[in-house]
Amino acid sequence: MSFVLETATNPENLRRVAIDPVSRVEGHGKVTILLDDKNKVHQVRLHIVEFRGFEKFIQGRPYWEVPVMVQRLCGICPVSHHLAASKALDAIVGAKHLTPTAEKMRRLMHYGQILQSHALHFFHLCSPDLLFGFDSDMAKRNIVGVAEKHPEIARQGVLLRKFGQEVIRLTAGKRIHGTGAVPGGVNKSLSLAERNELLKDIYQMVSWSRGAVHLVKEMHHQNPELYNSFGAFRANFMSMVGFDGGLDLYHGQLRARDESGNILFDGVDYQNYTQIIEEEVKNWSYMKFPYLKSMGKEKGWYRVGPLSRIQNCDFISTPLAEIERRDFIEYSGVMPMHAPLGYHWARMIEMLHAVEMIKDLLHDSDIMGSDLMASGERGFEGVGVIEAPRGTLIHHYRVDENDLVTMCNLIVSTTHNNQAMNEAVRRVAQQYLHGHEITEGLLNHIEVAVRAFDPCLSCATHALGKMPLEVEVLDVTGQQLSSLSRSSENVISTKLSAL
Amino acid sequence: MSQNSNTPHNKNQTTFTLDGKTIPFSEGQTIIQAAMAAGEYIPHLCFNPEFKPHGSCKICTVTANGRQTASCTQQPQVDMMVESDTKQINDERRALLQMLFVEGNHFCPSCEKSGDCQLQATAYELDMMSPHFDHFSPNRPLDASHGEYLLDFNRCILCSLCARASSDVDGKNVFSLAGRGIKTHLIVNSKSGKLADTDFTGDDKAAHVCPVGVIIKKRVGFAVPIGKRSFDEHPISATPHPIVKGAI
Repeated sequence: MSFVLETATNPENLRRVAIDPVSRVEGHGKVTILLDDKNKVHQVRLHIVEFRGFEKFIQGRPYWEVPVMVQRLCGICPVSHHLAASKALDAIVGAKHLTPTAEKMRRLMHYGQILQSHALHFFHLCSPDLLFGFDSDMAKRNIVGVAEKHPEIARQGVLLRKFGQEVIRLTAGKRIHGTGAVPGGVNKSLSLAERNELLKDIYQMVSWSRGAVHLVKEMHHQNPELYNSFGAFRANFMSMVGFDGGLDLYHGQLRARDESGNILFDGVDYQNYTQIIEEEVKNWSYMKFPYLKSMGKEKGWYRVGPLSRIQNCDFISTPLAEIERRDFIEYSGVMPMHAPLGYHWARMIEMLHAVEMIKDLLHDSDIMGSDLMASGERGFEGVGVIEAPRGTLIHHYRVDENDLVTMCNLIVSTTHNNQAMNEAVRRVAQQYLHGHEITEGLLNHIEVAVRAFDPCLSCATHALGKMPLEVEVLDVTGQQLSSLSRSSENVISTKLSAL
Repeated sequence: MSQNSNTPHNKNQTTFTLDGKTIPFSEGQTIIQAAMAAGEYIPHLCFNPEFKPHGSCKICTVTANGRQTASCTQQPQVDMMVESDTKQINDERRALLQMLFVEGNHFCPSCEKSGDCQLQATAYELDMMSPHFDHFSPNRPLDASHGEYLLDFNRCILCSLCARASSDVDGKNVFSLAGRGIKTHLIVNSKSGKLADTDFTGDDKAAHVCPVGVIIKKRVGFAVPIGKRSFDEHPISATPHPIVKGAI
């Protein structure tokens, strides 16, 4: 099956415009657009060139290596893979319940990860678009421009991320690619000095995180027309929620709602994820398209990540984030918010929640305990799910009697959002590009829609708006008619080919 | 500790100089043994003071009176001039290390011996910044047949310490080096070639001498946090022997 604008009827008669790579996202992806001679959009596709070799080369390796090995999938949220793998492999060592110290240390690591990733995405990657405008001067539409025009906002962004990285360092051993979580528990707890080091700045972080929520909320209130409609489309939501229905980014059960907010399923044990999720393969993308089995391919696709989580949960356990969640729900009205730009608001509410959770955990003496490991009856299969910064992350392993991995299946957050991101760029292409001459500013609108999802395009390369971008306009025979290019130094040049 | 070349020493004691420092030695000691006793570090991999020298890895190469030799097998002579920490020798050592890295599959980022590995620590010591040579990427399946220990042949540097420990100390002859030249490889001496079919146990000396990550105790993994591993706080040159964590 094919969605609207997914596949043009007569592609051979259309011009192809490519945004390759999409900038200010994690990793590499490209958008291709097919236009006719009146610049009417006939096909839009977001391609993500993910090489998923991990599922294969993890086979034959001992299971205790896996949490450290698979986190190399990513340099932005390795903690998410580290923890999802550890959770899955807890079942292999028979650890049905972790010790309080182990569970709290893992949660602390995870909230540090949410904080640093959300801060990086909002302040470094997206705030230039939101503060300056989508088609503003490209030379200043980056974090350096933000630092010049809004130095305090940039400073807070940098220091919030740094604090999150420090939480990770003290729980995992390193800021990136640590070893803190192991099957059955953790390998360290916090010393008193480490706890005090983090406590020193935590209240400042709470204050700044609250300020970040207010900043993005104000943007919605000031320009509701743009924020409510930009690339908007209706979709189902899915996320993990706590066993009490509250927001829980570390552990819980799966819940999904339809586009009107009605519950599709609830209380699903994620060990049974294969009973509810199916993945479709399309011949034009390396990334699969997951959908809810019960609804089929056409209607079963869904959205994950902050926008889903904030609207899927019944409440947030930390007081300041709960106040902000209620504001968000009230602003949305009767129907859920579907606008992609709402992701930013929801993401900042989660960042505030993560900082509040870090504060609470730092006041809990269990994080300095010495009982780190649990074990039990040996298992041979395990599923671990975590709400990573970008959405629901699923790790699934089978291990043989000799302790070697025989099967690995990973469904990462960005994969869940594949169809949703494609829908968003198609809406934006229709809204802004249809019938217009293509400019860099218009193409950035497409990128703004992709960025809202904070996709991690598999290799975690930082682009910061400086990645080279090339747009070619070809005639029906493939001859180049004109081109627009942006160099790594942000120099734009256009060229008309001699006819 | 070593004595400065200007420091007077016991006239009855035999000495040689190592990079300008006076090193005392006694009958039967090799250069590396005397240096180690004096607290001086000479990079090495196949040498372990508990075992007879093997002289195969050549990382401990020094110049003795102008001639290159393996310091683990060469005995010093009175007033011998030995040079170890020179640019030329360290460049050669680095090239040897690079060859060891590309001959096997050494994935430090996900290796549980990272931080406890003598090969990795020596590479850091000698400022090895890249493998330089093309990787061989050999296909070497693991032997996970034993209940308590796993063999990851990808990491073998052919130091033969496990073979020496098994035959010389354990009296079992579980491991051997087979093949010749570039085809030399570690084997398990059982009919099936599997560790499970030998009388190898965790109490064997051979279970605790591997300087890299070939002989791995199962289900331990990353139990030691970053910061507490053998070479986290001090480089290998400042870490007392025995440097292999868990050595008896």
